[in-house]
Amino acid sequence: MTASPRVIATLVTLTLLPGGWPAAFAEAAPQGQQTVTRPELADAELEARVREIASTLRCPTCRALSVQDSPSGMAEEMRGLIREQLRAGRTPDEVKAYFVERYGEWILLKPKAEGFNWTVWLLPVFVLAGGLIFVVLTARRWVQQGQARAAALTERGQEEDI
Amino acid sequence: MSWKKILIPATAIPIVALLAYGLTRDPNLIESPLPGHAAFEFVAPTLDGDTLSLADLRGKVVVVNFWASWCIACIDEHAHFVEAERRYADADFQMLGVVYQDTPENARRWMQRMGGSWPNVMDPGSRIAIDYGVYGVPETYFIDKDGRIAYKQIGPVSRMLLRQRVDSLLALSVGHARTSGSQPR
Repeated sequence: MTASPRVIATLVTLTLLPGGWPAAFAEAAPQGQQTVTRPELADAELEARVREIASTLRCPTCRALSVQDSPSGMAEEMRGLIREQLRAGRTPDEVKAYFVERYGEWILLKPKAEGFNWTVWLLPVFVLAGGLIFVVLTARRWVQQGQARAAALTERGQEEDI
Repeated sequence: MSWKKILIPATAIPIVALLAYGLTRDPNLIESPLPGHAAFEFVAPTLDGDTLSLADLRGKVVVVNFWASWCIACIDEHAHFVEAERRYADADFQMLGVVYQDTPENARRWMQRMGGSWPNVMDPGSRIAIDYGVYGVPETYFIDKDGRIAYKQIGPVSRMLLRQRVDSLLALSVGHARTSGSQPR
């Protein structure tokens, strides 16, 4: 699926950002400047959350990109709006719901796991399971055929020896 | 082996069916959740330097057109709006433009060149466009007298479509949604 590299990228971003570099910044900052770095810390956290939400939304003008990855003006405005809504105290789910209400579920890069959408989630699992079963069955057949041939050869060899 | 004979069509048929369903649909046709929804209120600066509030237009059929001076597809439909403004001059009708990602100077120049005397509002930060779920310009929203979004048109409107939509909305009286209990969803 095309989303998987992005999913990985998001996961990596999520793992690295909230704890990772803002903390490192705080440690590196001289003691006198702590009051100055505090608001930046909050900003870094906010930006991480904006990025997290923006990477789950589809950019309306370019469609193949997320709001986070798109360089378009519209995506930039949308990131601004996400930031504004988070600052106003809305939860990430509320922000996403705002966009779904206006654009429909189309705006979500990852469809919700319900109804027909289950196909998207379950099909890869079924295909993978089917593939595994196929490989196991084929491998077993090859082993059996090999053993049978080996047995036949041994038998023939023994016959020739006699 | 017999399982092979079943397995191949059992896998191929659903995949072909899924592709047939997916590939024969127009990817540009995205169903909007907005028809039936109350129009999102906004107060915005007009190109003339005034302030316009959508709420003040309640009781009228409002055609909200998102456009830009750099938008080629907006050129053709503009003539239909000019005609509609003239045709419905005595009706409860209001044409309203929202300038999408453009400068007021360019927008003003375009209106002078293309004609039309309806108000046009600027949309700083594209807040109105995002509120209305705009994908790109041109897009047109038909708002009924009760302030509900009745239709959404993605891409340029035709003369016929504009007339049909406006006529049908003008024929409805204020409060029709509440009295009949039906919403044009």
